[in-house]
Amino acid sequence: MSFDIAVILAKGPQILAGLGVTILIWVAGTFFAVILGFIVATARRYGGPLVNLVLAIPVEVLRGTPFLVQIFLLYFGGPYIGLRLDPIAAGLLGLSVYGAAYYSEIFRAGYLSVPPGHVEAAECVGFSRLQTILFILLPEMALLVLPPSMNMAIILLKDTALLSLITVPEMTMTVSAIGSQQYAFVESIVVLALVYWGLVEVANWLGRITERKIAKLSVT
Amino acid sequence: MTESAISIRNLSKQFGDTLVLRDINLEVPRGQVSCLIGPSGSGKSTLLRCMAFLEEANAGTILIEGEPMGFVEGPNGRRKQTPAELRKTRSRIGMVFQQFNLWPHMTALGNVSASLRRVRRMPRREAEEKAMAQLEKVDLKERAHHYPSQLSGGQQQRVAIARALALDPTIMLFDEPTSALDPELTGEVLNVMRALAEEGMTMVVVTHEIGFAASVGHKVCFLDHGKLLFHDTPEKVFAAPRNPRLEQFLDTYLDRGAFLVQ
Repeated sequence: MSFDIAVILAKGPQILAGLGVTILIWVAGTFFAVILGFIVATARRYGGPLVNLVLAIPVEVLRGTPFLVQIFLLYFGGPYIGLRLDPIAAGLLGLSVYGAAYYSEIFRAGYLSVPPGHVEAAECVGFSRLQTILFILLPEMALLVLPPSMNMAIILLKDTALLSLITVPEMTMTVSAIGSQQYAFVESIVVLALVYWGLVEVANWLGRITERKIAKLSVT
Repeated sequence: MTESAISIRNLSKQFGDTLVLRDINLEVPRGQVSCLIGPSGSGKSTLLRCMAFLEEANAGTILIEGEPMGFVEGPNGRRKQTPAELRKTRSRIGMVFQQFNLWPHMTALGNVSASLRRVRRMPRREAEEKAMAQLEKVDLKERAHHYPSQLSGGQQQRVAIARALALDPTIMLFDEPTSALDPELTGEVLNVMRALAEEGMTMVVVTHEIGFAASVGHKVCFLDHGKLLFHDTPEKVFAAPRNPRLEQFLDTYLDRGAFLVQ
């Protein structure tokens, strides 16, 4: 048995299609996770103790159970409550909600990092709450939340591999299927590792550029 | 108009079991400088923050130019003001903080023009022109495009004063405006405040600068343990303090040689 990576690379177009699905689910899922996470953090901060408690429970459950268990529950358990989703939709929804729980904690810390006096100053010149969030709190916390947000995005990228287990035709499923067909299992895993790592490096690089841009804008 | 700029009636405030303000009654006259002095923990900052409704009193009322601050009297008793009502009442006052509280991601000009753009909805150019005029007033026109981190403490506090003045308030509240500054920078801030007082701005100043209170204040209020022990003209308060607690308080300043009342 010889190690021959060419048998995997010969299936380039198929791999690219899988890569496309991975990137699509990752980018869209992270986008929704950030938005939903920010909404949850904001509601917990301003919604009063009851809202805070009601939202704390799902956040704790999502952070306290494995992502694999969550997507199994969603995909295989969903139909019991009438939630019938195709694999991509289930994967996207699962990733968004799972990520949102973590992003809500990142934004919670972001809110806490802004000195209360800066908010009082905004109130005193007549800013509404929404204006205070948009023009004071968000820009002030941006630099602080960016590194953990990028970190979370990378974790979400790697977690998309688990979606192969609910038959999402993403990269892990595609490449391991090729590996089985060609009797080249180890080769397929090596290719997978390299592609994921490459993607992560690209994401890191984008993150650093953004960080530098924001740092220039917000001299603290 | 005869009504006071601020009129405080039977104001009480407690944090948990601690009474920090006990039944305060005070009239702040228009066009005058009222200084609140007293030892740390006497409640003077809390009283000032109540005037801006940054703290909610447990009992009593505060009228800003006759309008109740924070609460409205209705047919079913009193209720809290809606955010929009509160913003309207608050628009009469400008607040200056001990820690400046400038927004670090905006330049000096951005800090001063923000309220004009976002609250008054002025076009950017117009807002920045007006903000520039305010910065000129505090002698910081050349620093307009600097971020707070690039300014000295005294400069930051002057930007904060310009920011508070941007919406043309009729009353200015100062919460220990020079306490975070070293003595050399204190002077430039006090000069700006002195100029503002000469223009006839109604000012309430919580301060440890007894010299400023004596020379600029029209009225000096002495608080101790949440009680307004008395208030009078600086001449009367400083010339012959009859209250033993005040005398003891002022002696600490005499000891440090900072007491410069003639």
